[in-house]
Amino acid sequence: MKWGVLQFPGSCDERDALNACQLAGGGGEGLARLVWHEETDLSGLDGIVVPGGFSYGDYLRAGAIARFSPAMTAVADFAAEGGFVLGICNGFQVLCESGLLPGALLTNERTRFICRQGDLVVGEADSPFLAGFEAGQTISIPFKHQSGRFFAPPELLDEIESRGQVAFRYAPGQNPNGSLNDIAGVTNEAGNVLGLMPHPEHAVEAFSGSTDGLALFRGPALSGAGA
Amino acid sequence: MSEQSPHRELGLTDHEFELICEKMGREPNGVELAMFSLLWSEHCAYKHSRKLLKNLPTEGPRVVMGPGENAGAVDIGNGYSVAFKVESHNHPSAVEPFQGAATGVGGILRDVIALGARPIAILDSLRFGEPDTERTHYLVDGVVRGIGHYGNSMGIPTVGGEIYFEPPYEQNPLVNAMCVGLARTDEMVRAAAAGAGNKVVLFGSLTGRDGIGGASVLASAELDEGDDAKRPTVQIGDPFEESKLLECCQELLAEDLLVSLQDLGAAGLTSSAGEMASAGGTGIDIDVGKVPLREADMEPFEIMVSESQERMLAVVEPSKVDAVLALCTKWQTASSVIGEVTDSGTFRILKDGETVGEIAVDDLVDGCPLYDLDPEEPAEWTYANRESIEADASPSDIALSLLSSPSIASKHWAFDQYDSIVGSRTVHRAGVADAAVLNIPESDRAIAIAIDGNGRRVACDPFQGTIEATLECAANLATVGAEPLGVTNCLNFGNPEKPGVAWQLGRSVEGLAEACRALDAPVVGGNVSLYNETPQGPIYPTPVVGMVGELPDPAKAAGENWREGDSIALVGPFDPSLAGSELEKQRGQLGKGLPAREIAPVRAAIELVREAVRSGAIRTATDVSDGGVTTALAELAISSGLGCEADLDPVVVRRECDPEDALFGEGPGGFILAGVAAELEKLGGQGVDFELIGKVSGNEVIVKAGESRIEILVEEAEAAFDSLEDRIESDQAGLTH
Repeated sequence: MKWGVLQFPGSCDERDALNACQLAGGGGEGLARLVWHEETDLSGLDGIVVPGGFSYGDYLRAGAIARFSPAMTAVADFAAEGGFVLGICNGFQVLCESGLLPGALLTNERTRFICRQGDLVVGEADSPFLAGFEAGQTISIPFKHQSGRFFAPPELLDEIESRGQVAFRYAPGQNPNGSLNDIAGVTNEAGNVLGLMPHPEHAVEAFSGSTDGLALFRGPALSGAGA
Repeated sequence: MSEQSPHRELGLTDHEFELICEKMGREPNGVELAMFSLLWSEHCAYKHSRKLLKNLPTEGPRVVMGPGENAGAVDIGNGYSVAFKVESHNHPSAVEPFQGAATGVGGILRDVIALGARPIAILDSLRFGEPDTERTHYLVDGVVRGIGHYGNSMGIPTVGGEIYFEPPYEQNPLVNAMCVGLARTDEMVRAAAAGAGNKVVLFGSLTGRDGIGGASVLASAELDEGDDAKRPTVQIGDPFEESKLLECCQELLAEDLLVSLQDLGAAGLTSSAGEMASAGGTGIDIDVGKVPLREADMEPFEIMVSESQERMLAVVEPSKVDAVLALCTKWQTASSVIGEVTDSGTFRILKDGETVGEIAVDDLVDGCPLYDLDPEEPAEWTYANRESIEADASPSDIALSLLSSPSIASKHWAFDQYDSIVGSRTVHRAGVADAAVLNIPESDRAIAIAIDGNGRRVACDPFQGTIEATLECAANLATVGAEPLGVTNCLNFGNPEKPGVAWQLGRSVEGLAEACRALDAPVVGGNVSLYNETPQGPIYPTPVVGMVGELPDPAKAAGENWREGDSIALVGPFDPSLAGSELEKQRGQLGKGLPAREIAPVRAAIELVREAVRSGAIRTATDVSDGGVTTALAELAISSGLGCEADLDPVVVRRECDPEDALFGEGPGGFILAGVAAELEKLGGQGVDFELIGKVSGNEVIVKAGESRIEILVEEAEAAFDSLEDRIESDQAGLTH
C-alpha cells in the first residue's frame, strides 16, 4: 500500500500524515510521499491523504480554494476509479467542498479553535478504512479545529444516516463543535472516500497517549482491497 | 515630520542628534534621520540595558549560537541543535491585542526560521490586570485568539506558557512569545553579510505602509491615553505568508543557495540590512525602487522603515540568484533582488540608481550612545495593595481562595485554543506537566521547555525574585527529568530613566546572572522591553525566563497523576514564607523584601529529583510554586481525581515556621513527589532535605499543620480551580474578529 499525502501551501499536518502512513505500513520511507498541489500524476499510489492545515490560507472558506487545485482534480478522478482517499480536518473540508463527500463543515458553535484529546465511536459505515475497527468501538483521537461543525440539510442528513455513511461520531457528551448527530466523519456512498475532523495521524505513537489512529491507515490493506 | 525639531518627534534627544551630525559631518536628510531614529531607539539599540547585559554568563560547552544572532542555539547531539528565543510584543498588544499577539508570534518564529531552524514549539508568557474589568476581558480574548490564530495556522504547536493577573498590568499587558526550533547544526546559517558583489534578495510579503515605526516606536516610550490612535502603527499578521516563507527558507537552505539570512522585524529593512552589514563588516546598497510594494507611491524613508510582516532578506551569490527566485515562485512568495553587498562599510540607499541616503554602517548600528542607569532603591513598597480575602477565613477557605486565584487557577480554556500536537513531537503539553516535553527522535532524546517569571515576587525583591524565576524553570525541567542546556529571557520593565525602575532592572539582571552561573545554564539570547508604564505607574518588574533542557527518555518524563496508596514526600531546602506570596497579595499585605535563600542546596535538590525521574522510580513530581504546598497537593489531587492526607508538622519543626507558612508559604527549592514508599525513601539521606508528609487516599484534600487543618473535597477544589473561565469570558467573545 503506497500513500500520497497532498501538500498545499498552508498545509500543516502533511508530515504527520506521512509519518502515520509509514508507521501503519510497518515503517519505511518508500511507503508514502508528498504530492505537491500542482501535481496531477498519481500513478503508483494506492491511497491519498488530504491532510490538515489551512490550504492557501483558507481565507475564503475552509477548503474552498484547494478544491480547484490541479492535485484535487486528479484526486477526484482517482476516487472515481476506486482509489482510497482519506481527508483529515482541512482535508475533510476540501473533500466536502469538492463534492466527494456529502455535507459541509461550519464554524464551531463557540467560534473558537479547540484542541483536545477526545473519544470517537466508530460508526456503521461500510468502508475499507474501518476494517480494523468494530462498529460501536470507542477510540481516543485528538481533535483540533475551528470549523468542524458538520452540517447537512435535513434530507441529506437523513440520506447519510440511512445509507450508513457515518464513519465516526463524537462520544456522548464530547461533541466539541455542535456537529449534527454528533457526526465526526463520513464516507462517500462507495466507502472508498472517508473524511473526518479529528486527527488519527496524531494518535499513532505511544508517547502521544494513543495509537488508536493506526488502524484507520491500515484499513484499506486489511480489507484486502488495498494493493 | 514636524518642521520644528524632527529628531525629537522621532524620539532622538538633542544630544543624540548632535552626535549623528558629528559622525556624518553634516545634518542627515529625511531618509537618514528616519533610519537613525529607529536603530538608535531603545528597542533596537538596547541603550539603557546593554551595559548590564554584559554581565550575563553566555558561554558553555553546548552553546552553538549566543547573543547577537537572531536566536540562541544549543547542541542536542547527533548533529542537531535547538534554537530558541523569547521576545515581547507588549505595546502593540496593548493597542490591538489580536494583531499585536499574532505578530508577536510571527516575529519570534521568523527569528528562529532565520537561523535555518524549523520551529517546533511556541510558549507564551502573558500578564494582564485582574480579570474583572472589561478591558482585561477584551485583552485576554484578543491575545489568546491572536496567539492561536498565528501558531495554529502555521502548524507549529503551542505547548506551554503561563498567565498571571495582577493590577499593575491592567493598562500595559505583557505578551512574551518564545519559539524553539530544530536544525541540523551544519546547516544553520548566520545573519552576517559576506562577499562584496553578492546580491541581496528580499522575499515574502509585499512592503506596505503598515507598521511604520510600529514596534520600535511603540516599544520605546510609555503608553499614554491617546494610544488608541496608534492602532494603525500595529502590524497586521498573515500566517499563510509566513507558512510559505518557512517552507521556502527550509528548501533554500537545504539546497545550499544562501550565504546568509535575516528576518525583517522592528525597523524593517533598515535594521535587517544594517545588521547584516554590521555583522559581516561589509557595506550594503539597497535600491528602494526594486522593493515589491503594496502601495505604489511610497517614499524611500517609508520603504526603509516599513514593518510589514512576513519578509526575509538573504545574501545570495550571483550564480544562485535565479535558483533562489525560482524557489520563491514555487512557494508563491514575492521576491526581488534589491541590492548588493559592498566593501565600502557604507549603507547606501538608492532609488532607481540615484543615491538618496548614505550612512556609515558602524555609525548606524553601533554608534548609539549607551547610557548608565541612575538607580536608587525605593525606600518602601511602591505598588498598591488590595484586600480580597476575609480576615477570618479558615484554612480551608484560604485553600479554595488560592486555587481560584486567577494566577493559580487552571488556564485550560486558553491552552485548549492552541494546537498543541501538530508536528508529532508533543509528549507533554501545557497543563499536563510542569514543563513541556517534545520528542526529538533525530537525536534520540527529548527536550523539555519551561517559561517562568513571577512579577509580584520580583517587585518585592528584584534580585531574589529573579533568582527564583530561574530556579523555578530548572525545577520544572527536573520534574520531567531534564537538565538545563540554555536560557533565554525577556526583561519587561518600566521606564529605566526613573531611578526606582533602574534599580529593579539592575538588581534583576544581577539575580539572573547569579542564578544562571550557579546552574551552569548559559544565557544564549534574549530581549529587553522597557517603558512598560502608563500614567497609573510602572508594571511589576517582570523578567521572563525561558529554559530548554534535555532528557534521555521521554517515556520516563513524569506526568502528574498519583495513585491510590502512593506515599507523598516533600523534598528540598524549601523554607516557606508568606512574603510576596499569593496569600499575602490576597490579604493586601504585600511589602518589600523576600527572604534570601542559598542556590546551592536548591541545585542539589533539582539534581536529586531529576535523577529520580530519569530512573523511572518516580512518576509524579511537581515543584512547590504559587500558593505553596497546599496548592501543589490540591492540584495533584485535581488532576488525578484522588485526594490525599498530609501532615506538615515536620516542616513546621524543621523550619521553625508558623503552621500557616508551612501550608501556604512560598519560596524556592521545594518538590512534591509521590510514589511507592520504598522508592521514595531511597531519596532520603542523600544530603537533600526529605520528609514523608502523607499518603494518597480518599476524595478529600486533608492537610494539617499545628492546630490548622484543611479539609476540602477534591470536587470543591476542582470547582475552584476551574472557576476562571467563567470570570474571563469576554462579553464580546468572537465578535471583534
